[in-house]
Amino acid sequence: MSVFDGLRFRKVYSPIHNLDPRIKFVYVIAIFIVAILFSQIIPLAILFLMQIPFVLLAHVQKQWLRSLRGAAFLATFIFLVNVATVYFTSGYTITAEAVENAVSLTLRFVVLVESFSVFFLTTSPDHLGLALEESKVPYEFAFAFTTAVRFVPVLAEEAQTIMDAQKARGLELEKGNLLKRIRNYVPVLIPLIVSAIRRSLELAEAMESRAWGATKRRSNLYALKLHRGDFVLLAITAGILAVTIYIHFFVPIPNITQFL
Amino acid sequence: MIETENVHYSYPNKVEALKGVSLTIQNGEFVAIMGQNGAGKSTFVKHFNGLLKPSKGTVCINGVETTKSSVASLARNVGFVFQNPDHQLFSETVEEEIGFALKNFGFKPEVIDERVTWALNLLSLTQYRKTSPFLLSGGERKRVALASVLAWDPQTLILDEPTIGQDHEQKEKLRQFILQLQTQKKTVVTVTHDVEFVAECNPRVVLMKEGKIVADGEGKKILTDPEILEMSSIVLPQIAQVFTKLSALGLPKDVIDIYEAKDILMKAKESRRRL
Repeated sequence: MSVFDGLRFRKVYSPIHNLDPRIKFVYVIAIFIVAILFSQIIPLAILFLMQIPFVLLAHVQKQWLRSLRGAAFLATFIFLVNVATVYFTSGYTITAEAVENAVSLTLRFVVLVESFSVFFLTTSPDHLGLALEESKVPYEFAFAFTTAVRFVPVLAEEAQTIMDAQKARGLELEKGNLLKRIRNYVPVLIPLIVSAIRRSLELAEAMESRAWGATKRRSNLYALKLHRGDFVLLAITAGILAVTIYIHFFVPIPNITQFL
Repeated sequence: MIETENVHYSYPNKVEALKGVSLTIQNGEFVAIMGQNGAGKSTFVKHFNGLLKPSKGTVCINGVETTKSSVASLARNVGFVFQNPDHQLFSETVEEEIGFALKNFGFKPEVIDERVTWALNLLSLTQYRKTSPFLLSGGERKRVALASVLAWDPQTLILDEPTIGQDHEQKEKLRQFILQLQTQKKTVVTVTHDVEFVAECNPRVVLMKEGKIVADGEGKKILTDPEILEMSSIVLPQIAQVFTKLSALGLPKDVIDIYEAKDILMKAKESRRRL
């Protein structure tokens, strides 16, 4: 569950936590676009390092590192697939360029994970729902989204209980070959799905009995307002995009291998 | 026999749930573990079949340390019935559900069939043999969960909150059933908040608070001691409450059994008439 840990919000107060979720989301999307635009190591490495001040300001280093560790498996996989593809398609030889290319694609993935992790670690599900609502997303969808986010830890805990219950009946999850191991999870998945459906029906009844959806126009306890910090982040985002576009079109980026 | 020695346990999130628990349960004993929410009761009993391993201290089942064997091999001797049956039901029919553990333990098909029939009969579920467990009522699902553990006839049975959501008749059946297991020298450990149920059964009571055992002894003694119970936010059984209020009349305070209560009151009435 380490990947989920890296995305789970914990209530702390920091300049980053207080930022408007909409602006933070714009920032994450900007980083996303920049990461897609470049495929060389140097700009991607800069992009990677640029997130670190945010992480330190928000005091979420530990969880952030955990999410990176969670992504390590997939990152390794991406690297190996890229190297292997070149190796098998170019007549069983490996070049420095191929390795560099694989490293930069892996780095791009890490940058994406990293920036989303910062976003989810510093934005409470409530704020997120509020941001969706104020961005004119229908309340039903915003609510469904925040509920789904909020129920992830509950489901993870429930999965653990179910695994315990089945282990107590002699189920050995780690036994057998790959196919057998996948089949071992059936006694865990079925109760998990059944209880999730049952829970959602109960939740719907509880919500309806508290007059959910009674009025078209809802009022909110909190309202989102832009503060100075938000404008600073917006300016930084615009700056990053401007510099990126300039470099992308007018500055040739050297490969590391050219220096070797 | 279950022996735990100075067991400490901390969850991965650093919450220390057990802070040095030592307890010995002999074969054939009936023990109720009580205490407020978060006292560490469930964490403690999960050590008995190896679902949790102590961070410090030792847990031995029949002389073997749980750290040296797998949950599957420990479960063969220690059956654990979870609180919520929906956390384990997954098969298409009740029959398959009950046979699941037997298959895992490698019983022969004809033995499985025999055991399933026996367990269905024991918990009056025979008519549901081919029914989907998901179509049964809450109480029936709870009985299927119990049957699915009893089917392999473990020496020790752990019941986590067995009385929740059960009507009086089912509770009475459960009590009779535990008594029946006692005559077969089976060990029964139950985690419960149901004071009245414990009063009716009068087992050995182990009281936990904040990861430690605060009282251990005969049910009749512990459930009539207001000071000990208040510490664990448990109320006295109703009969004990009445007798505490009547203690000014010179009646004993440690009464939890309804028949004993009736005898004492009848005697008191007789002796008054004689005066």
